[in-house]
Amino acid sequence: MYEGIVQDLIDELGRLPGVGPKSAQRIAFHLLSADPVDVRRLAQVLVEVKERVRFCSVCGNVAEEETCRICRDPRRDPSVLCVVEESKDVVAIERTREFRGRYHVLGGAISPIEGIGPDELRIRELMTRLADGAVTEVILATDPNLEGEATATYLTRLLKPMGLRVTRLASGLPVGGDLEYADEVTLGRAFEGRRAVDD
Amino acid sequence: MHVVRLSLHDFRSYAEAEVALEPGVTSFVGRNGQGKTNLVEAVDYIARLSSHRVSSDAPLVRHGADQAVVRAAVVRDGREALLEIEINPGRSNRARINRAPLPRAREMLGLVRTVLFSPEDLTLVKGDPSDRRRFLDDLLVLRAPRYAGVRADYDRVLRQRNALLKNARDRGGRRGPDEHFDSTLEVWNQQLATLGAELLTARLVLVDDLGPLVGRAYEAVAQTKNWASRDDANLEYRASFELPETRDRVVVRDALLAELERRKADEVQRGVSLVGPHRDELYLGLGPLPVKGYASHGESWSFALALRLASYDLLRSEGDDPILILDDVFAELDTERRERLAELVAGAEQVLVTAAVAADVPAALRGRRVDVVDGKVAARAD
Ligand SMILES: Nc1ncnc2c1ncn2[C@@H]1O[C@H](COP(=O)(O)OP(=O)(O)O)[C@@H](O)[C@H]1O
Ligand SMILES: [Mg+2]
Ligand SMILES: [Zn+2]
Repeated sequence: MYEGIVQDLIDELGRLPGVGPKSAQRIAFHLLSADPVDVRRLAQVLVEVKERVRFCSVCGNVAEEETCRICRDPRRDPSVLCVVEESKDVVAIERTREFRGRYHVLGGAISPIEGIGPDELRIRELMTRLADGAVTEVILATDPNLEGEATATYLTRLLKPMGLRVTRLASGLPVGGDLEYADEVTLGRAFEGRRAVDD
Repeated sequence: MHVVRLSLHDFRSYAEAEVALEPGVTSFVGRNGQGKTNLVEAVDYIARLSSHRVSSDAPLVRHGADQAVVRAAVVRDGREALLEIEINPGRSNRARINRAPLPRAREMLGLVRTVLFSPEDLTLVKGDPSDRRRFLDDLLVLRAPRYAGVRADYDRVLRQRNALLKNARDRGGRRGPDEHFDSTLEVWNQQLATLGAELLTARLVLVDDLGPLVGRAYEAVAQTKNWASRDDANLEYRASFELPETRDRVVVRDALLAELERRKADEVQRGVSLVGPHRDELYLGLGPLPVKGYASHGESWSFALALRLASYDLLRSEGDDPILILDDVFAELDTERRERLAELVAGAEQVLVTAAVAADVPAALRGRRVDVVDGKVAARAD
């Protein structure tokens, strides 16, 4: 245990995802010996990001305005919608440059253990978006793990009866993993080779 | 296959240890608590990535250290490979082969295969159904490593589905399950049935193959003098629902799916999954009687040994010779069983024996002797 505020800093850092007690301590001491200007800039960004960043009212992606950059871009194909779990998946897919449609960010995957059911995800918003018939294909790009698969199956059963083309990324993604960890080439290929789901 | 060098870093009681090994029999001898089991446990860990003594990795790391490293130089078909596993409790372990990292530690499974006998084996016979399911699944993974993934996925789906059922039950009293309950449950049913059928059919095939070997091994271990004909040891896989007479995965999946549908009300009421391979039992019988509750202590031990010997025979018939580990078992057995077990395993490519008292180890198995005293490992020159 360190004295007062130093320990507070270690505790706060330790609460971040992927940061264990050892790393928290390392980061804390790095900050203590860093240039005060650098640390102030970091603090500033942390405060601003919380104040400025919101979620796009259309797709749920992070945005600095009412809607995100992608939803505002008229060059994006309005007939194809790619459904992902998190904003970071949008970034991963954008990197591949394979996809020219728009996104819908669910905010997670179905996981009863964590108390996440369909109501906790942005599924109602998805259904509202699809109501006008402008979208003809929905690509389910949830993570290639059990919860991602469960979510994709759930959505397939919901969307198929609406007469939409429902596709899933081609296999080849590392099973059990996270979309964001797939490299560009693999993810790009998975997009290209997407296939219609039949349940 | 055999291990020629074992080195430990912060594993169990060892801060640092280097042990040179040879093919054939090696016995580690020393008083209790000196670190004999810790050594052979490390060899077994390299093979199975889990320990026979504990279910979590934390106790494997030396008290006060935060990671353990086990390295084993293994010879297989005349070629040597260096396997290395870094045990990081609470985080993912890391594995390397000939210094090259593997994407996931799990990919090291199956490179080394071990069959371990230990005093805890009596629970195979006397313990709960879960002990026998674990026996089958562990063997399944040694036989085909991809089942480690199937089993982990099945457990995860089971936990998700149980959480869903429990939520529904807890809400049930007041408002009834929420409007999405049925459609969400169907999704998990699908996954449970698909993974469950994969696990179940693999277990069925395993029991088909293992049954005759267990019968033969039991006869070899238990046959006493020339007494009247003895009862056969037999195995039977008893599923938690009526199984179709087939090993076809799709047929089994559909049957499991139908059963989930049929038991739905029951499951919602109890808030837990009632059908699937996690509720199955491996029945062990001697002639017409079950072993559990009927067999004598000696017969129970013979049966437990027969299960391990049969595992060894099965693995050997499908690949190279697994490493045999006999951890402190001789002290548990009477002289006759000791002698017979020793005869049966003496010819294996590599046998690692631990014993507190050297005299407990039958002469046929004494082999090269290594003394373990206070965490110091020293080959005895004789
Ligand atoms: N994680 C650990 N850190 C330090 N010591 C340990 C650890 N795990 C077990 N030990 C010690 O190892 C000893 C047991 O070693 P073991 O190999 O089981 O003995 P035996 O020679 O009887 O087979 C005990 O003294 C125990 O306290
Ligand atoms: Mg021991
Ligand atoms: Zn948007």
